[in-house]
Amino acid sequence: MKLDPNKKLDIKELLQDLENYRPRRRGWHWREGRNKKRNIGDFEFHETSEGLKNYIPLPGSRGFNYIDPQPDCVITTEIASGRFEDDIRRMRMAAWHGADHIMVIRTAGQSHIDSLIEGTTQGIGGIAVTRKQCRATRKALDMIEDEVGRPINFHSYISGVAGPDIAVMFAEEGVNGAHQDPQYNILYRNVNIVRSFVDACEAKKIMAWADILQIDGAHNANATAMKAWKVRPELMVQHAINSIFSRKVGIKPENISLSTVPPTAPPAPRMRIDLPYAVALRDFFSEYKMRAQQNTKYMESDMREATVTHTLDLLISRLTSTDIQSTITPDEGRNVPWHYNNIAAVNTAKQALNGMDGLREMVKLDREGPLGKEVRELKERAVLFMEEILKVGGYFKAVENGFFIDSGNYPERNGDGIPRQIDGGIGAGMIFERDKDYFAPVSVHYGYNNIPAEFKKASDAIGGDTFEDPSKIVYIDELDEYDNVNTRLKELEKYYDTDVVKPEVEWRADGVVATTIFLPLDERTAEFAAIKCGEKMGLEDVTVVHKQAMHPSEGTVVEIKGKVKFDININELVIPEKIPTLTDEEIREDISKNPMFVVAATVGNDEHSVGLKETLDIKHGGIEKYGIKYLYLGTSCPVEKLVDAAIETNADAILASTIITHDEVHTKNMRKIHELCIEKGIRDKVILVAGGTQVTNEIAVEAGMDAGFGRGTHGNDVASFLVKRRREKRNNEN
Amino acid sequence: MAVKRADDYEVRRKHLANLSDEELKKRFWELAEKIVDPMLELGYKNTTPAIERSILLRMGFSSLEVKPIVEGVMRKGLMGKGAGNVVWRLSKKLGVSVREAGLGLAEGKYWDEVDKLF
Repeated sequence: MKLDPNKKLDIKELLQDLENYRPRRRGWHWREGRNKKRNIGDFEFHETSEGLKNYIPLPGSRGFNYIDPQPDCVITTEIASGRFEDDIRRMRMAAWHGADHIMVIRTAGQSHIDSLIEGTTQGIGGIAVTRKQCRATRKALDMIEDEVGRPINFHSYISGVAGPDIAVMFAEEGVNGAHQDPQYNILYRNVNIVRSFVDACEAKKIMAWADILQIDGAHNANATAMKAWKVRPELMVQHAINSIFSRKVGIKPENISLSTVPPTAPPAPRMRIDLPYAVALRDFFSEYKMRAQQNTKYMESDMREATVTHTLDLLISRLTSTDIQSTITPDEGRNVPWHYNNIAAVNTAKQALNGMDGLREMVKLDREGPLGKEVRELKERAVLFMEEILKVGGYFKAVENGFFIDSGNYPERNGDGIPRQIDGGIGAGMIFERDKDYFAPVSVHYGYNNIPAEFKKASDAIGGDTFEDPSKIVYIDELDEYDNVNTRLKELEKYYDTDVVKPEVEWRADGVVATTIFLPLDERTAEFAAIKCGEKMGLEDVTVVHKQAMHPSEGTVVEIKGKVKFDININELVIPEKIPTLTDEEIREDISKNPMFVVAATVGNDEHSVGLKETLDIKHGGIEKYGIKYLYLGTSCPVEKLVDAAIETNADAILASTIITHDEVHTKNMRKIHELCIEKGIRDKVILVAGGTQVTNEIAVEAGMDAGFGRGTHGNDVASFLVKRRREKRNNEN
Repeated sequence: MAVKRADDYEVRRKHLANLSDEELKKRFWELAEKIVDPMLELGYKNTTPAIERSILLRMGFSSLEVKPIVEGVMRKGLMGKGAGNVVWRLSKKLGVSVREAGLGLAEGKYWDEVDKLF
């Protein structure tokens, strides 16, 4: 199965023969070609990796010949729709924008299930992580990585009371990265302390064999603590415990990654708090990798605010270092992330990292001042924390005493930590001492194993285990007759491989749309007025996802979401045919036989000049390139002046640029030019063309122009139109 | 139990004040090692239902099959021997494949034989 960029990924085909699919590789992949300078387009980049074969560049790349530099660090996107068949499509979109670490969130409650789960049941806030879902996803990612030309890391969670089970399944199914941190189980999932660490030994040993990159769970302390910046010393301790524990079990340091989050966000003076912390971590953990997560603790429903916070997170990444740049969607504060917000987050990372390429060559952190002092203090506080852990009798005693997630800046204590008892929690009493003749007949195992003398290695007893002979893996397809992917595909049959389409944000044909509404009302009234607006617009299940007062009484902006009730049949759409442009040679030949002269200006009180200049200028492939002569009258040109200039120069055409759209000024300008030309008796003779970001051909023609050109227009589009229109006019005259 | 305490960092840090940055880092990692050593020891000596299930999975059993086997091994008080060991020994004793032995246990068969394995 191979992907064609012009075709959708066929889920039904993907599911075929899944029982025989084997992942083609194991282990984590870092981007290729890092740490060298690279010429991309007009620039030399210092912090990039090899480019992609297929990609969608940033919108602003239009001014830079559509380059798409890929930063040196791995970029993560987290996907959590609850239906893997929809997640997979989103993964493909994210990969085209530059994500190469796809993290799949688990359904709520999976960490408390004392077993693997199977099938493709629908999840809540994530998918049920099962063998079938992992295998189908890995199979899809194998194709997607071929399509974009870069290996993609697939990642989920090895936590909860079935950690070793899941580790085995991940190793078998080619999962490349995983969260694994017994402290997370203990503090946030109330799994028994001893059970968590004993299980983690086996899980980590398996991860080491499978070359799975490990990410710890310390970042959760940021999200849980009342004042996240006060737990910085504790975070360093949590990172240290998991890192050294994993290393001693056998994971190589380059596969051990800290999950670190800058703890605050504006309006806090975050650089003075978060930057020293980032530096202290990188000093102490120099042998380990950094997965820079974005701050969500202080995230509200405002996507703009979230994006600014995330951009500052990225500044910290670039001022210090990052190996994996995680991204959080800007809508996480309002709903389970939507397709395009995964892309928005990936693009925020890519855009900021591109923009800050090579920053550290010019800006150095000054450790002589307050930064150095703060870094040292954080480190000492962390050391003191660990001294007290040992003083009270070790980790278990410290947890029992509520040492962790206390909101005090250690050694300050607020008495609000999360205490867990050594004999309490889920899975307590389920620890069994191995006897002298304990034996585990597998190739990878942590701890005591009494291998009978007749065998060279333990798994010889069974003729090799699944790690050595994958044909021994037992694949289970579905267990639930109703809750599975086949049922869902059948229910939505109307929208697969047909011409019927419905808007969606998460699942195929979920019907959800979002609308931004400004109302001249106070916040509370506006909220309910906005819901009414949505209902009158024909939406169902209207809810407010964001609101923000612009002033206590003058107005409020509200964003609503709701479901549409209708389908669209794409065959019934009236899509104006794209007018083919003449070839460069045809245009040149026409102009050389019949010279053409145009006058051009940005009209009204409008200082935008870039678009029009690009349309005119030979350097940008403008109409000048074809021999068309022009008189450029600059910006903020009165309409009268432009028309008079056309009369004086006997111009063949007027090119008017109009960007500003307040009060429909752009259409008013167009109409005025048209009417003035009639008044002055030149309308039949002169071709009128308008251009601008909000201009479309339809709007322009409606306002009396011959044509209008919007975003993405090049000189050849305009030149081709001018030549064709002149021919038509002459034909009509004859 | 959880305590409340004012920030006494300046008092506590006295013995750290004269350490170089390198010495402080060394101390940090020495302490971390000391903290985790007992946990590694526990992992070395003990097993759990999840670990035994993970062993059976690797021996070629499905998630549905491993659960009743481990539960049976726990009922018999044989977790200290290892669930994989039980299945392997049973297969030898009965002269059947490991897969056959394990499937039998998952279906509730052969448990009387298990009593005679150790």
